[in-house]
Amino acid sequence: MILRVPLVLSALLAFTSAGLRAADTIKVGEIASMTGKEAVFGQSSHKGTLLAVEQINAKGGVLGRQIELVTEDNQSKAGESATVARKLLSRDKVVALLGEVASSRSLEMAPIAQRARIPMISPASTNPKVTEVGDYVFRVCFIDPFQGTVMAKFAKENLKIKRVAVLTSVSSAYSVGLAKYFRERFVADGGEIAIEQRYAEGDKDFKAQLTAIRAAGVEGVFVPGYYTEAALITRQARELGLEVPLFGGDGWEAPQLLEIGGPAVNGTYYSTHYSPESDSPQVKDFVAAFRARWNGETPDAMAALGYDSALVLADALRRAGGTEPAKLRDAIAATKDFSGVTGVTTLGAQRNATKAASIITVKDGKFQFVQSVAP
Amino acid sequence: MTELLQQLVNGLSLGAVYALIALGYTMIYGVLRFINFAHADVFMVGGFIGLYLAPHVPGGGTVLGGMLVLFGAMIGCALLGMGIERLAYRPLRGAPTLNVLITAIGVSLFLQAGGQLVFGAAPRSFPAVFPTGAITLGPLEFSTNQLLVIGVAGALVVALQLLVYRTRMGSALRAVSQNPKAARLMGINNDVVIRWTFALGSALAGAGGVLYAVNYPSVDPLMGVMPGLKAFVAAIVGGIGSIPGAALGGLLLGLIETVVAGSPYSTYKDAIAFALLIVFLLFRPAGILGRARVEKV
Repeated sequence: MILRVPLVLSALLAFTSAGLRAADTIKVGEIASMTGKEAVFGQSSHKGTLLAVEQINAKGGVLGRQIELVTEDNQSKAGESATVARKLLSRDKVVALLGEVASSRSLEMAPIAQRARIPMISPASTNPKVTEVGDYVFRVCFIDPFQGTVMAKFAKENLKIKRVAVLTSVSSAYSVGLAKYFRERFVADGGEIAIEQRYAEGDKDFKAQLTAIRAAGVEGVFVPGYYTEAALITRQARELGLEVPLFGGDGWEAPQLLEIGGPAVNGTYYSTHYSPESDSPQVKDFVAAFRARWNGETPDAMAALGYDSALVLADALRRAGGTEPAKLRDAIAATKDFSGVTGVTTLGAQRNATKAASIITVKDGKFQFVQSVAP
Repeated sequence: MTELLQQLVNGLSLGAVYALIALGYTMIYGVLRFINFAHADVFMVGGFIGLYLAPHVPGGGTVLGGMLVLFGAMIGCALLGMGIERLAYRPLRGAPTLNVLITAIGVSLFLQAGGQLVFGAAPRSFPAVFPTGAITLGPLEFSTNQLLVIGVAGALVVALQLLVYRTRMGSALRAVSQNPKAARLMGINNDVVIRWTFALGSALAGAGGVLYAVNYPSVDPLMGVMPGLKAFVAAIVGGIGSIPGAALGGLLLGLIETVVAGSPYSTYKDAIAFALLIVFLLFRPAGILGRARVEKV
């Protein structure tokens, strides 16, 4: 009994000091794929998010308090995002969640945030279903119907393609959605989908599907997937002598596309959220700050969206005047003409942002900006 | 017709890798009567040994340099296999098979998690260790890598067959596989034979890892999971315990998977592979080349 007293006391002390610290800072949860198959995305968005938080804190934080970013890694694994979202909400008591890049994983977090009535902002999940989960779920990027339309128009008008093949990843909500909107627009514009083939995340052999695509005699292949598979697909297509252009969405954007794909990815195209080559002074400042913070690394679209997601949240916190969830939600929903590095963010009735898309090509082993497409 | 021939080549090069992994499953099953689930992760380690060895071998990018990388990975995996046997399975010799099986799953998870810790979890680009080129034969296009995989796998299967049927170690291996107690009475050191079996099986998995990475140039710590499961199906379909059966099962599975993936039903590619496993387990549990055996109680 005598022994127990100091134990209880110290536990109590620890408890109250933790409680006091929590009151000092505003805790914001972040979920990212820091390791695993899509680690590039998670690390990029995390670096952007952290940079934004650090800049905000350097300027005195929001509402006189510092923002504390609590980051959790979901290892790019299915199921893990739900687990860490619950942990952030119940143990860390965060006031808002930032994340995820991949739509499948955002769809795991969204119902948990919605049920707990804690606002969630996805930086880069483009599948429309993500924000349909409920009124506490937002995003700061465009959605796949727009991205699919942009790529269908680009293929039709700029690449002059009429017969196309679609190679979709069936295990990714992002890929299936993007393929659907591309197909709708491309067919509506008088194009023809000659053949559709499928694969699953983590597959490495695509030669069977590509052989069937080659036999169908198409002028281009739309690959709405992520960079690891896109690079292997392009490589294997070239090995099979399939020399038509391949193109995809923002899931392609990672240095690994060039590294794994090698010379095979030259002449491919994809749509994304921003280009570091933009002339806007805001983008220039961001690129310079990012390079200074992260060893000269150039921020990609995921980094830019991560950055914007944190800025949108900070802006809403200021307008809400506190961290009360319902007020914060209303403040985020009222975001209008917010100027960020990926363009001007206005959150619509569906809690989606409407923004221009940039089309990028690979030339001589480097990413190159082609054109910007307005919504 | 052209498409079918092209798919045949694609299927054989995929099946050849499955066959190499399946051989390890079948050999270890032959002597110890359990499925070594850690085998698929030895395959992964083989890929990573290749990745780290590639910049250091002389003549990188030539046939000789590529062969050195391949042998390096085989030796590394053989040592790993022997180490796993010594540390994880030997202490359980004589324990119920179920214990060993669960240990195997544990070793597998250990290698996967350890791999993520040591190598990092992100996929890494695998360098071109063999000279690459495309061969055009009329309307058919193969990469030299595809032919290389088929050729090396074929050579290894033949070498293994010779080793098992033409050498003393091979006779000992077959003896232990047929009846471990009788083999011991004949003066065979079972522990040595089992160690050798693990070394051989793991070396084949290591070769498979490098060949897989050559053909699909990205390696990650979980790369063994799917090929490992497919090879397990191949070993069962071919007849577990039978060396030609494992090779045949691997090729068959590679071909079936490729044909399905190239058809409009590409979504069901993996489902069909595993449905095949269920069908075989139900109707022909001994596999194509395995002999049905009454389990002695």
